[in-house]
Amino acid sequence: MKDNKNLAHHFNSYKDQIRAEKIGMWLFLATEILMFGGLFVGYTIYHAEYTKVFKVGAEFLNWKKGAINTVVLLFSSWTMVMSIYYAQKDQIKKCQMMLGTTLVCGFLFMFIKYLEYSHKFHEGIFPGIYFSYTGSAFVEDLPLYFSFYYLMTGLHASHVFIGMALIFWMLIKTYKKQINSSHYMPLEYVGLFWHLVDLIWIFLFPLLYLVE
Amino acid sequence: MSIDNSSFKTNLSVLIALLILTVITVLVAQVDFGIFNAFFAMLIAGIKGALVLMYFMHLKYDEKIYSLIFGISVFFVFVLYFFSKLDIITRIIQTSVL
Repeated sequence: MKDNKNLAHHFNSYKDQIRAEKIGMWLFLATEILMFGGLFVGYTIYHAEYTKVFKVGAEFLNWKKGAINTVVLLFSSWTMVMSIYYAQKDQIKKCQMMLGTTLVCGFLFMFIKYLEYSHKFHEGIFPGIYFSYTGSAFVEDLPLYFSFYYLMTGLHASHVFIGMALIFWMLIKTYKKQINSSHYMPLEYVGLFWHLVDLIWIFLFPLLYLVE
Repeated sequence: MSIDNSSFKTNLSVLIALLILTVITVLVAQVDFGIFNAFFAMLIAGIKGALVLMYFMHLKYDEKIYSLIFGISVFFVFVLYFFSKLDIITRIIQTSVL
């Protein structure tokens, strides 16, 4: 393994290198959990104090769109896993197909998100001080719910966007023949990030869309 | 090299399980369990999350150090929640509308 061209000079072996890379990746994912965790804790506490407001707020959301997006992300997680599976078997064509599907799923997710956001903007539901909705369903403190909604889904959507850029980068790498069965780790780390984005959505969906 | 334990069959079963659990999430939300509503929603989300972590993110097959790093971050989110909630129910509730 010493002559592996993907081995950085400061590592003894490729195995050591992978271990160090993976620990770094998981430490990064831990900071992501802490960042989203703060928002989740804030949401849960305010939900307990303003239960009625949050229930009214959730009724503005279309749970069907949220459910479709959940399915889209779960499916894209599977195609991401399969792209690594095929890379490990040196079936690069299939690997590219799976990566491409993952990217399409990312676009689909963002498109549905765009539909949801534009529908709300149309009604004057903006975050923070720009909130201008005055319709019949208005209750006091309603902007509170939507500040959480926009912050949490917005931060998540920005992660989806970054994940899509990374997947696109991986797709280029496969065309440059830089991904194969003896070196597929970059794919694995992008996969970990993409799954984390999926993981966060798994919790966001029931929290935001299916509030009682 | 890391171990190749992610077989085609396992991955597909995990995906199907996740999709079924998503349907259950939506169905459960239609039923009123009173104070247990949030509990059931989070329980199912927890199961889904565990499936993604164990199989898609390979934690089940990998060295335990990665699970430990992740677990610690989740633990500290609960620590944050616990002390924030404790503060609210013991102090703020008696003096403000919050």
